[in-house]
Amino acid sequence: MSSTTADFDVRKDDSLGLRIQHLLHSNPVLGPLAVLVVAIIAFSIVNGRFLTATNLSLVLQQVTVIATLALGQTLIILTAGIDLSAGAIAVFSSILMATFCVDAGMPGIVALLLGFACGTAMGAINGFLVTRMKLPPFIVTLGTLTIFFSLNSVVSNSETVRGTDMPGLMTWTGNSIPIGDFRLTYGSIIMLLLFGFFFYALGNTAWGKHVYATGDDSEAARLAGIQTNRVLFSVYTVAGLLYAIGGWILIGRLASASPNVGVEYNLDSITAVVLGGTSLFGGRGSVIGTLIGALIVGVFRNGLQLGGVEVVWQGFAIGLLVLVAVSLDQWIRKVRT
Amino acid sequence: MRDPGRLLALGCVVTLLTGTATACNRGSGEDVVGLITKTDTNPFFVQMRKGAQSAAEQQGVELQTFAGKQDGDNEAQVQAIENLMSFGAKGFLITPNDSKAIVPSIDKAHEVDMLVIALDTPVDPPNAADATFATDNYQAGKLIGQWARAKFEKDGKEARIAMLDLNANQVSVDVKRDQGFLDGFGIDIGDPNRIGDENDPRIAGHDVTDGAEEGGRTAMENLLQKDSSINLVYTINEPAAAGAHLALQAAGKDKDTVIVSIDGGCPGVDNVAKGIIGATSMQFPLKMAQLGVDAIAAYAKDGTRPQVTPGKDFYDTGTELITDDPQAGVEAKDSTWGKQNCWG
Repeated sequence: MSSTTADFDVRKDDSLGLRIQHLLHSNPVLGPLAVLVVAIIAFSIVNGRFLTATNLSLVLQQVTVIATLALGQTLIILTAGIDLSAGAIAVFSSILMATFCVDAGMPGIVALLLGFACGTAMGAINGFLVTRMKLPPFIVTLGTLTIFFSLNSVVSNSETVRGTDMPGLMTWTGNSIPIGDFRLTYGSIIMLLLFGFFFYALGNTAWGKHVYATGDDSEAARLAGIQTNRVLFSVYTVAGLLYAIGGWILIGRLASASPNVGVEYNLDSITAVVLGGTSLFGGRGSVIGTLIGALIVGVFRNGLQLGGVEVVWQGFAIGLLVLVAVSLDQWIRKVRT
Repeated sequence: MRDPGRLLALGCVVTLLTGTATACNRGSGEDVVGLITKTDTNPFFVQMRKGAQSAAEQQGVELQTFAGKQDGDNEAQVQAIENLMSFGAKGFLITPNDSKAIVPSIDKAHEVDMLVIALDTPVDPPNAADATFATDNYQAGKLIGQWARAKFEKDGKEARIAMLDLNANQVSVDVKRDQGFLDGFGIDIGDPNRIGDENDPRIAGHDVTDGAEEGGRTAMENLLQKDSSINLVYTINEPAAAGAHLALQAAGKDKDTVIVSIDGGCPGVDNVAKGIIGATSMQFPLKMAQLGVDAIAAYAKDGTRPQVTPGKDFYDTGTELITDDPQAGVEAKDSTWGKQNCWG
């Protein structure tokens, strides 16, 4: 993936530029974090209500589902893959859980675990097609996205299942603990715990190292004795489980299971990953960056609305941010070592 | 690992093949009538298919249904028209995903003497189709606007309005419902083809929902942060209303905020009965499709062409205000009637 641009022009500010470049190269989270902090400061100047505990807790609630999906998406993008079926798996899993307990009369915990199993299986199907059939992830997940959304319509009959018809466990993720004015939902707690777990797993386990190595240069990793196929399969499968957990959190957020949401979740999750500084070329990035990326989207949406910016321009701003993030990534990759 | 995977793949293939086979039983020798919906997942279109199917059985014509993959998918609808032309269909009903882009394909269908009826959404220009059978979305909006105005006047309250629209594209159904509501409420709407050009201080803000629960909740949360005195919420449809209610509930404002909506889906009517939605304007997709199929069958029989509702440039399939809190001067039906006549 070497860049074909000419060598750096040596300019006066070169040393500062290079230093920033090196800093970002070794700490990929710094860029997104800077964007988030600047955005928060700017929005709190524009509208005094932005920085209240109530408002910030809403932003966290709004990004919880996307962040959970983006966590799975990060694992896949770290291996230089991409998953377009993230949203479809999440929504379909939520519909399956609802169907298991409402139509099949299963106890909440059984329906929940079965839903997780189904999500995991859907992820495993992606993993199987990518590793055994050697198909490109983009194409595989484009296919499964369509299949899962179709099955979703078939199973749900396109009808929303009410939360009140389900056992309490299904909508439990929507309940919250008040911390002063800040309302922390159980869904958000689960999401944060998952991020903590994967932050640890990627940084401190052999599996984590293998994920990075596979994404960085899969051939070199294979020659170094890493079973790259097994790593890839595990990543898609684990992502499937994470999407299903996202589906459970979604039921809590909507107090229902709706087959008609999540159409753009796949792209939203990729947006969060990219904004978080994870490289689409694989091998570089972090889950903490992704969490920050998801928060950036939430903060911008909420902050621009409070600032009275028209909806059209909200989308424009997010799109611009993505391009900036990718350009920054390219620039960092050109670092001289 | 390998064997279960192989088995799974085989299973998938078999499922796909049988699915395709059942979808392809064609050729009954009857006149073919097409129905092309925006998507095949939305309950509204599911209901349309039911209506069209029952009318087709009654009329002794063969119904062929098609749908776009998602809202806005024009390509699939163009292909559907090409397919219908090759089947020699007598005509088709279409809810256009792209009102302008579909017109050249409709022109081609006219060259082979098909009757084309736009359902629910007019094409652009409207006379490119032979007729439009639709809900008067402006009127649907106006009814809930009038109802809300009467209610707020009776309670002697000053309204602070949140407008939860569909998306940022100013599509016609979105614009008509939004502007109809404001007009019914007695607000100067400026350009009737534009959402958001009003400057009435009673409007607290607009946001978009994509017509779904998640969008409704997020939009309502953000608007409440912007203006906590909101006490009247207009929503583009009932899923968005359900999401808005969750946000109001979480903020402890659900009791003193009125939500109005449009659609008349069964979950929405249930929410009227529960007091979650104050009033909703019901539309009749089943009737829309039935009347459409009847019109094409009549055309196939003796060349009769469908007529428009007097005073309008389309055939108005009706809209009915559903509320359990009726207001003087605004005609309405209660949620019991609503439950008997709802869709989805």
